[in-house]
Amino acid sequence: MGRHSPGRLFAGGVLLIVLLVAAGALMPKWLTFLITMAASHGLVSLGIVVLMRGGVVSFGQGLVFALGGYAAALLFNKLGVTDALLLAAAGGVVSALFTLPFAPLLARYRGIFFAMLTLALSMVLYGLLAKVDVLGGSDGFNMGRPTLLGMRLPDARVGYVMYAVTLSVAGLMALVARVYFDSTRGLVSLAMRENELRVEYLGGSARQAQAINYVIAGFIGGVGGALTVMSLGHIDPNFSYWTTSGEFVFVAILAGHQSVFAVFLASTLLEVVRSFSSLYFPNTWQLALGLFLLIVIRFVPRGLGSLWIARTGKPAREAT
Amino acid sequence: MTALLTILIDGVTYASWLFIVALGLTLVFGVLKILNIAHGSFYALGAYAAASFVGWGASLKLAPSFSLVAMLLAAVAVAALVAPLTERGLLRMFYGRDEVLLVLVTYALFLILEDVTKLVWGANPYYVSEPYSMFGNVDIGTQSWVGYDFVLVAVAVVVGGAVWWGLNRTRMGKIVLAVIHSEEVASSMGVNVSKVYALAFSIGIFLAALGGALTAPMISVQPGVSVGVIIVSFAVVIIGGLGSIEGAAIGALIVGLARSLAVHTWPVAELFSVYIVMAIVLMFRPEGLFQRIQARKI
Repeated sequence: MGRHSPGRLFAGGVLLIVLLVAAGALMPKWLTFLITMAASHGLVSLGIVVLMRGGVVSFGQGLVFALGGYAAALLFNKLGVTDALLLAAAGGVVSALFTLPFAPLLARYRGIFFAMLTLALSMVLYGLLAKVDVLGGSDGFNMGRPTLLGMRLPDARVGYVMYAVTLSVAGLMALVARVYFDSTRGLVSLAMRENELRVEYLGGSARQAQAINYVIAGFIGGVGGALTVMSLGHIDPNFSYWTTSGEFVFVAILAGHQSVFAVFLASTLLEVVRSFSSLYFPNTWQLALGLFLLIVIRFVPRGLGSLWIARTGKPAREAT
Repeated sequence: MTALLTILIDGVTYASWLFIVALGLTLVFGVLKILNIAHGSFYALGAYAAASFVGWGASLKLAPSFSLVAMLLAAVAVAALVAPLTERGLLRMFYGRDEVLLVLVTYALFLILEDVTKLVWGANPYYVSEPYSMFGNVDIGTQSWVGYDFVLVAVAVVVGGAVWWGLNRTRMGKIVLAVIHSEEVASSMGVNVSKVYALAFSIGIFLAALGGALTAPMISVQPGVSVGVIIVSFAVVIIGGLGSIEGAAIGALIVGLARSLAVHTWPVAELFSVYIVMAIVLMFRPEGLFQRIQARKI
């Protein structure tokens, strides 16, 4: 909040992650798992925020979520790569490489068309995954337990270690995203959101910026998918289903495009609402989730980030 | 030859109910500027209501032909009950907001309706088979076709014609067109825009419910029918161009034929043939086949 330099930002971010990881040792298992899921899912939504700052929303980030997840799970099962950090990175790289050829094409579209085309892509992947028997079809398949830096993870500690890994990776990505948002290219995206034609007149390329944002979003989402599958131990085509993507968009909208931290807060909030409503209203948790969505959209239209970041002042410069 | 005929007839049948549903979607988008994810839920409501109404008709020992009336009544009931409730009670609060935000509002509505249908009708499937066999079979060459499929195509043509006529040849229709063109100017000319919204939304929901009611005899009505329909009807209106009747018709035909081609020649592709066609169309016509070019804001 307030004035910040990159150095202070990093110090603050690292401190927050260390505190959370330390606090995790005292948390009950269900809570560490919930936060792990919130952080890994939050990464995919962070990718949507990257796009949102350029004025478009992808309704198909389930695509990269699934790609990252399947990449990590397959590397583990077929090639014997077991290191958690390596798998997370591989998930991101595979997703980014996959989105690369589509990025220039998708960069031509805005608004609802971009949203629908990305959705179509994710549903094509869903259709493929559900039909390929080698990958378990619509049931998916299980994945074993990852290792960390050559260490095997015992039963009692695996949940906590994955919690620490996920939080650290997500925190690192969040910090890098913040730096990117404040860079020249990040600010060009923000200008596109306001008025794309002016960006072009000033010599910027809106298409190039959007294409790059899409690939970045793909990378972040892929890492999120890989981290998710490592903690869950299971993957199925629903990772790429449109309702999954819908939840990512919801978190991004709930967070707003101003704050990186808000993305993870929003993601945690969704996980909390989801687990509590499936616990207390097992038959109507979708109804509860829908009502929650409506209330949020009605009363916090610009996202949680807008609650502590004022809009007035310098619109281009924003705090974390 | 027979294979080709099979693909053609299957495709056109699929296209006919899809057209009715997509027409509702495109109408709602044209007037209210809302891409309605909950449209599939209204389709499902129509199917469930038809199942219940036909069931009641049977338990009252009414003539089998009553089931057709029951299906129509079901669609009317859904439109009359649910449409005002959603439009007045919910969507109204969000008019004028960002398009994507509105999509999310309807996504929330979809989640809510998903559970509401489960609460009302339970999780077990319903079967409404009586109307499906009512029109007998039609033999073409060596193959035999269900007469109901051809009736469905006729209904789609009639519905499409009626909506086109209503929009282009009646006073109310012209008012709706004026609102589509510019809501602000229309309202300054004394048009009650809010009433037009309510009307267009009700008709859109009626069409979705009618699509659901008409397909109820062909499918098992169970939780989850809404999901598939949403995405396919989205593809139709995106292909045709949002807010265009001709577009919805052509789009439905393209999607129907592509799907039945996939089903009969390469079944693995059934799930995503629709999206591939959509992607191809958008690659060459980014705004869909029948979309007018819009001015850019400087």
